Parts: sequence; C-alpha cells; structure tokens
Amino acid sequence: MNAPRPADPTAASATADPKAAPAPLSATPSVRAETEEPSGRERLLGLVQRQGVLAVLLAVILVASLLYPSFASLDNARGVTVQASFLAIVALGMTLVIITGGIDLSVGSVFALGGVLAAWASQWGLLPALLVPLLVCGAIGLVNGLLIGRAGLAPFIVTLATLLGARGLLLAFTDEGATTYLVPKGSAFAWLGGGTVWGFGIPLLIALTLFGLGGLLLQRTSFGQGLFAVGGSSDAATLMGLPVARTKVLVYTLSGLLAGLAGALNAARLTSGVTILGVGMELDAISAVVIGGTLLIGGAGSVSGTLWGVLLLAVIQNLINQIGSLNSSYQSVVSGGFLVVVVVAQRYLARGRRST
Amino acid sequence: MAPPEAATPGAGPPVLQALGVGKRFPGVVALDDVSFGLRAAEVHALVGENGAGKSTLIKVLTGVHRPDAGELRLAGEPVRFQRPFEAQQAGISTIYQEVNLVPLMSVARNIFLGREPRNRLRLIDFPRMNREAAALLDGFGVRVDPRRPLHTLGLGTQQMVALARAVSVQARVVVMDEPTSSLEPREVETLFRVIEELRARDVAVVYVSHRMDELYRICDRVTVLRDGRHIHTGPLEGLERMRLVSMMLGRDMAEVRRDGVTGFAADGHDAARTPVLTADGLTRRHQLDGVSLALHAGEVLGLGGLLGSGRSETAKALAGGLALDSGEVTVAGKVLRRITPAAAIDAGISMLPEDRKAEGIVPGLSVRENIVLAALPRLSRAGIVSRARQDRVVEIFMKRLRIKASSPEQKVGELSGGNQQKVLLARWLCLEPRVLLLDEPTRGIDVGAKAEVQGLIDELAGEGLAVLLISSDIEELIEGADRIVVLRSGAPAGELAGDAVTEPALLEVLADSAPTPRPAEEAAPR
Repeated sequence: MNAPRPADPTAASATADPKAAPAPLSATPSVRAETEEPSGRERLLGLVQRQGVLAVLLAVILVASLLYPSFASLDNARGVTVQASFLAIVALGMTLVIITGGIDLSVGSVFALGGVLAAWASQWGLLPALLVPLLVCGAIGLVNGLLIGRAGLAPFIVTLATLLGARGLLLAFTDEGATTYLVPKGSAFAWLGGGTVWGFGIPLLIALTLFGLGGLLLQRTSFGQGLFAVGGSSDAATLMGLPVARTKVLVYTLSGLLAGLAGALNAARLTSGVTILGVGMELDAISAVVIGGTLLIGGAGSVSGTLWGVLLLAVIQNLINQIGSLNSSYQSVVSGGFLVVVVVAQRYLARGRRST
Repeated sequence: MAPPEAATPGAGPPVLQALGVGKRFPGVVALDDVSFGLRAAEVHALVGENGAGKSTLIKVLTGVHRPDAGELRLAGEPVRFQRPFEAQQAGISTIYQEVNLVPLMSVARNIFLGREPRNRLRLIDFPRMNREAAALLDGFGVRVDPRRPLHTLGLGTQQMVALARAVSVQARVVVMDEPTSSLEPREVETLFRVIEELRARDVAVVYVSHRMDELYRICDRVTVLRDGRHIHTGPLEGLERMRLVSMMLGRDMAEVRRDGVTGFAADGHDAARTPVLTADGLTRRHQLDGVSLALHAGEVLGLGGLLGSGRSETAKALAGGLALDSGEVTVAGKVLRRITPAAAIDAGISMLPEDRKAEGIVPGLSVRENIVLAALPRLSRAGIVSRARQDRVVEIFMKRLRIKASSPEQKVGELSGGNQQKVLLARWLCLEPRVLLLDEPTRGIDVGAKAEVQGLIDELAGEGLAVLLISSDIEELIEGADRIVVLRSGAPAGELAGDAVTEPALLEVLADSAPTPRPAEEAAPR
C-alpha cells in the first residue's frame, strides 16, 4: 500500500481521466487483428473431424472389395444401399434433433408404428398409405416437441415415454401382433418400396433426396442455423431473440415424420406391417449420427456425416455376412468398437484444434 | 432559439419509457415502482449496486422478464414484450455483460443469426453474409476472418462481435450491460466511437457500468437505482462524483470520502523477508516468455499488464491449470516437480479464476456445497463427509466474509455477483492456503461489494497470506498492491515497488507495452 492516498478521491481519478490519456479518436482506428486464416493444421483437423468417417468408409470399402469380390458386385451395392436407406431416413431426423442438444428415443417405435399404419392404410391406395403414418407419427413427434420445447421437460424422459407409448399403440392396433396387415401386391405403394430406377431402389433415391433437402435446411436456412444455435447455447439463442421453443417443437415433429415415413417405406418394401421391427433402431440411428461427427452435446454436426455413418454401419454388417464364418452377432461388436473409436478420435481432434 | 430535438441529447420525448414498473421474484422485490425514460440521441447511464435492480430493469426493457406492475411505452405507445424476440423486433437490442453468443458457430453466423441475408432461392447467402460481417467488424477496428468459430477468439473480440450484432440491426435503443468489462483500453475507445455514432444516428443508449470515468465521459444523463427503487435521474454534468457514489450506496458523502473509493486500507503490509513462492522463467509457447516473480507472506503483489499480456496465464500456470514448457515454481523452499491443480493445492496455492461463471461457481449447488467443494477430501473420513463439520466451516466463512444469502442452502446462482465471488473466496480459504491468486476478483461486482472484497484482500494479507492480485482496474491495483510486476506480451516488463507504486508510473510502463499486440495470444483459448 505505497500509493499516496489523496484526500479527495475525485482528485485521484483526475489523473485517470481518459480525456487526458488515450489517443484522439481521429487517429487510425485501433485494430485487433486475429489471425486472418485458420492455420493449415487447424483446417486439416477440421476436415478430418467433418469428413473423417467418409475416409474410413472408403477405406473399409476398398479393403473389402479387394478381399471379397462378391462384396464389390453391383448387386451387393444395390442391396446394401436399399437396406440402409430406412435407417438413413430415421438418422436424418435424429441428426437434426441431436444438433439441438436433444435426443429422440422414440424413433424405433414410431418407425414400426408407421410401417403397420401404412400397411393397414394401403388397402385404400397410395395416398392414405403415406398420409396416415405421417399424420400419426408427426403427431407423436409434435407431442415430444411440445413437452420438450414448451414444457421444458428432458428429451430423454419424454421420448422414452413416447417410445413405450408408440410401442403400446402398435400392439393394441395389431391385437398384440396377431393381426398382420398386408400391402396389396402390385399397388403403387408396393412399388415405392420394391421398385427400382437403374437398378437402385426407390427408398434409396427418396433417402438421398431427403438428405439433400436436409442439408439445405440445416446449412442454408435460418431454421437450420437456429438448430445449431439452440444446441450451442440455448440461453444465448433465447437472448438473441431466436424462437427456441418453436425450433424444438419443429425438430421433434420432423424427426417423428421422418421415422414414420421410413417405417412406411419399409412396410412397402416388405409388403406387410411387421410389429416387431424397429426395436433398438433409435440406438443404431444415434450411433450413425455420432459416428458421422455430430456432437452428442449439440451445436455441431452435418447430415452428410450421418449418411456416411449409416453406410459404414451397413457395410460392416454386410461384410460380416460376406465372411460367413463369423456369427452375425459380431456386427454389433464391430459397430460398437467403431463408435468408441470415433468418440475418442473426436475428443482428440477437438483438443488438437483447441491447442493450435 | 430552441435547437432541433436530435441535437440536444436528453431534450426529446422518450423513445422508451418504463412507468411504475414492479417486478418480484420469490422472496425478493427486484423492482418497486420504477419509472425510467429514455430519449432519442442520449446515452443514459444506469447505475446502482448489485441487487439495486439494474439487471432486472434491463431484462424488463428487453423482454426477458415481464413486469408484474406498471407498463412500458415505446414512442408513447404501450407495449408488452412476451419474449426477447419481440423487443428486438421493436428495435431494442442488447449487449450482455457475459458474451451471449454461440461459441461453436462462426463469427458471421453469430452476427446474422435469425436474420441471415438470403439469395433469390430464399437460401442463406454465405458469401454475402461473410462479406457484410467483415465490413461491419472492420468498422469497429476488428479484423478477423468471419468464418472462424467464435470460441477461437479472445473474450474482448467476442464482445466486439456481440456489439456488431447489436448495432447492425436497425435499433432505436441499444442496451449495454457492462460492455467494457472484458475490453482492452483500445477497444473501449472503439466502443465509445461506436456509441458516438449511434448517438449521431438518434439511437438511445442505456449504459450500465461500474466505471465512473466511463460514465462521466460518454453519458448525458444518469438514473440511480437502489434496492429496487428509483433514487435519482438527472444530467451527469455538474453532478459531483462523490454525490453519485453516495446515492448509489445510500451512504453519507463524508463517510464515503473518509473511506476512499476502494476498500483498501491506506497502510502497507509487513511482508516477510523470504518468499513463500518463487516462480522462475515460466515459459509457454505463444503465451509466457520467462516470467519470474517472488511472493512473500503478508504482501499483496500486483500483476499488471494489458489484456493478453499473460497475467491470467501466469496465475493459471502457478495454479497448475496451464502446462508449462519450462520454468520452475518453488513453494516454501520446495520445488514443485509437476504442477497439476492437485499438486498446487497441496502446496497451498489457491486460485480465484477470472471467469466466475465458467471456471468457478456451480450455480445449481447451494452456498454450502460450493464452499466445501474443494475442501471435501479434508472434511471427510474414509470417504464419508461429515455434515456437522461442513456446517461449522460454512458458518465460519459466511460470517467472516459477510456472505449475504438467505441461508447456507440458497443456490449460489441466485446470489449477486459480489456474493458469488465471496463464496468462491471462501471455497479456497477453507483449504488454508499459503498463497492466494486472485484474477480480477472485483470484476463485474458492485461498488459496495467491491470495497468489501478489497477490504478482505487486505485482511487476508494482514493475516500472513501471500496474495497475487490481477486487476484491470488501475486504481485497485495501485491502492491494493504493495509491489507491482508488469508483464508485456508474456514477458516481464518492469517492477514497481515502494513509493514507485503510483498511477503515472504504472501507466508509463503499461503505455510502453501498448503497441505490441500478439495475435497468437489473443486467439488463445481460455
């Protein structure tokens, strides 16, 4: 305490009077220059984080093609991709939900419910077969969204409840699975599931279209930017005047709609509504999203990553089937292993980026 | 004779008006019949201690809270904002004290979030958005790639981005809540220039700050709140500083004058001869470059320097929060081999971090839980924590540090900034440290609590603790510290001791270091 204490503190502040000290305003404006461009390493790390899964996917495909010629066949590729398109559509919705920092556990049940409703409604034609599942599944998503966005409940609990609820509805509707609804053979709806264009299944084309639209929605619209903002910092998003509650309501509704649509397409492909489908599918979808580089805590992610993630899971499954001697249960082990590797890599990369 | 309205700040009709506004929260009356009028082209200071109701009033004006009583009028018309969005639509934008942007999103996206420029297909036009963001920031003297994620920028730059966002909407009213608390002097100048421009454009500015110099420099009128009530509104010119402070504190002017502006006692401490802690050549790439200092028991050592000079990094390194490339830290004659937070705590080093919200306080836990958090291992036997011992410790510290809370079980998030800071201080004092590192201990807390915290620092040093004080408040540093080590670009730039600890001397050393910005350091993560 060596400073001389002035008798009057106002005198002390006179020396600190900014009018005396700082440079006049007419001087060149002060410039705070942050490093202009991200460094090469930073960019590389960013690229790896965003597209790393694509590299892994390509590597796996390359190695598999060399080892198993049957894997590399066009027929096999068509089969794998059609098979994967249902999970892909579900995972698309899940991506958007996870980017907001939420989670949707109900998609597996909603997927199954959508399939059975579509099969049931297909007796009246194509339009009912699509509209009925979309309406019901969209409504379930809306309920999720309202409870999470407006009532502020935890997504995990809310969607766990609708997971059970949708499964219950499904059992009631099919008399505990005793009744199976069949899609009329040769109907337009059955073509949606089983038809092909240049040998590629219609569901795949629909999934790819949806991913294209999803990418535009996420990256190029205010709604999409809002998803990132809500996931990145919900408080900040509110204070910045973004419609946080509405965004959440919409994103869960969208997830319900997509799960329902995927279920309907799957029913069209199987030409019947199968009650036991979709158990655990929500976890596959979450795995694909996370493997695709979307942060589970929200705020960052991409739909393209999810697409690669879904394909990676599908290729692994197909590969294990190709090997034949391996029990197909190992598929889950390998997928789980990949998930761990990706999460560890994400963490490492995130640290690498921060320390540059 | 009468000049046009725009040319006379404070003479026009109110742009935004609060009439008899009341707001209560469970157990507290935050605002009680407060009226507040804001005219076009004026900078209106809003002052008061924490808990005076400033934040609540701001939140009412910006649509975060809805008033229980009274009404808001926008250009004479009664309005009710249901959400912040509606207030923003009405032309009221806000810069909050804590940067309220989305860290993972890019600078440009943050600025334009919710009103992105579109192309003909109604899709976001990113090239245009980035161009406009860069131009906007350039006008504020910030040169930064708008595509960079916000979290890679320094706190000050982030605040400038928030400013750019707030003024880029065609706002009629801009509310600034402690906008300078994380800015460097140069950036403060830029901010003031922006405020002048806003004034010239007939925008009304509400300016909240604890820094008297700033208020007197740029504000036209002032409104004083105390305990949720309106105390005074009038022009700042001609209002004596002491009178303003006494209105804020509700204390007699003579009393304030006797006690001084800061809470430090006038006499120095008797520092011991041998240092408790010595740091030798602390070095870390891009951040620290051979920082050395010695800290004695019973002294307050000030660490001076501009934002980004390595002050916080030095403290963090001493507390084990920042890995060093080289350098040695000795505590009580023993060299610390690997400095981890646990090793530092064991050696008796405690640190009060700069960013209360992110690095210290757990807002959802109670005062008691927050205080004993770090001391849990000491208060427990075989892993079982004795509640009675906790209560005893908490009681002692709540009394000693004069923590104002309804009970030890009140959530810390509900306390004022000053009391939160005291809770953090208590947490570290529980550990009975030898060395206390304080990084901006009074930032963002009100005048009264500030003086109390300063008084506490004094007391603690008097009791034989070695204190390292980092502060951007020059008055605080000069009056509080016995010696000051000044850093520049992560390297020692000078030391002031004894009678040399004066404001002009410090300014001289600081001014020397002004024109050497270190981009790498500014961009360093916190």
